[in-house]
Amino acid sequence: MKLVYFAWVRERIGKGSEIIDRPEAVATVSDLLDWLAGRGEGYAAALAHPEVIRVAIDHEHVDHHTPLPADGEIALFPPMTGG
Amino acid sequence: MSIAPRISVQEQDFDVAAEIERLAGGRKDVGAVVTFTGRCRDEDGTLTALELEHYPGMAEAEISRIAAEAAERWNLLGLTVIHRYGRIAVGENIVLVAAGSKSRNASFEAANFLMDYMKSRAPFWKKEHRVDHQEGGWVAAKESDEEALAAWQKNA
Repeated sequence: MKLVYFAWVRERIGKGSEIIDRPEAVATVSDLLDWLAGRGEGYAAALAHPEVIRVAIDHEHVDHHTPLPADGEIALFPPMTGG
Repeated sequence: MSIAPRISVQEQDFDVAAEIERLAGGRKDVGAVVTFTGRCRDEDGTLTALELEHYPGMAEAEISRIAAEAAERWNLLGLTVIHRYGRIAVGENIVLVAAGSKSRNASFEAANFLMDYMKSRAPFWKKEHRVDHQEGGWVAAKESDEEALAAWQKNA
């Protein structure tokens, strides 16, 4: 699946997007955030407080309990500051 | 009758007068147009600009969902939402909401609702460019923005 990152999540991870193969045990958004945080220093810094991270699946906001789709675009970003 | 909102996520500036004309020009049923323009402020002289990062695709989709909800809640005759991205200098426009209706209340309330939702739900992030050339920070979301949404949800 494709992951995309924005704002300080993108800066801390050090890239704007990547394609990942997730382990089968990673079933929900919450699982994904935990698993990603273990992938390196940048990820750990970006996801140190997973509760503040906002997530969208295929351009729609979802909560952290949402099951991950088999494929699709998952976006991770900080609280939004538009307008 | 449901309207088709005009949504634009764009780098270039917009012309408020031209947008009002586009929404209401030549129409005899639109008795009220409310516009809100969000502009880049200098935070007491410390900023030169804001960098507006956005999520292409989702920004348009999310604004469309918010606009559709506004069109459902209020009897609107026209609705325009424009949100800019990229580097926006102090004093420049960032966002426009223009709502048209038969009389004023629907337009005032819909414009307010749209801005409250866009603040917390439209995928845009602001980074500061500072006058002193120090590394600017990301603007933090305000708790009051979430509280504004909760109020709309209670009054649904």
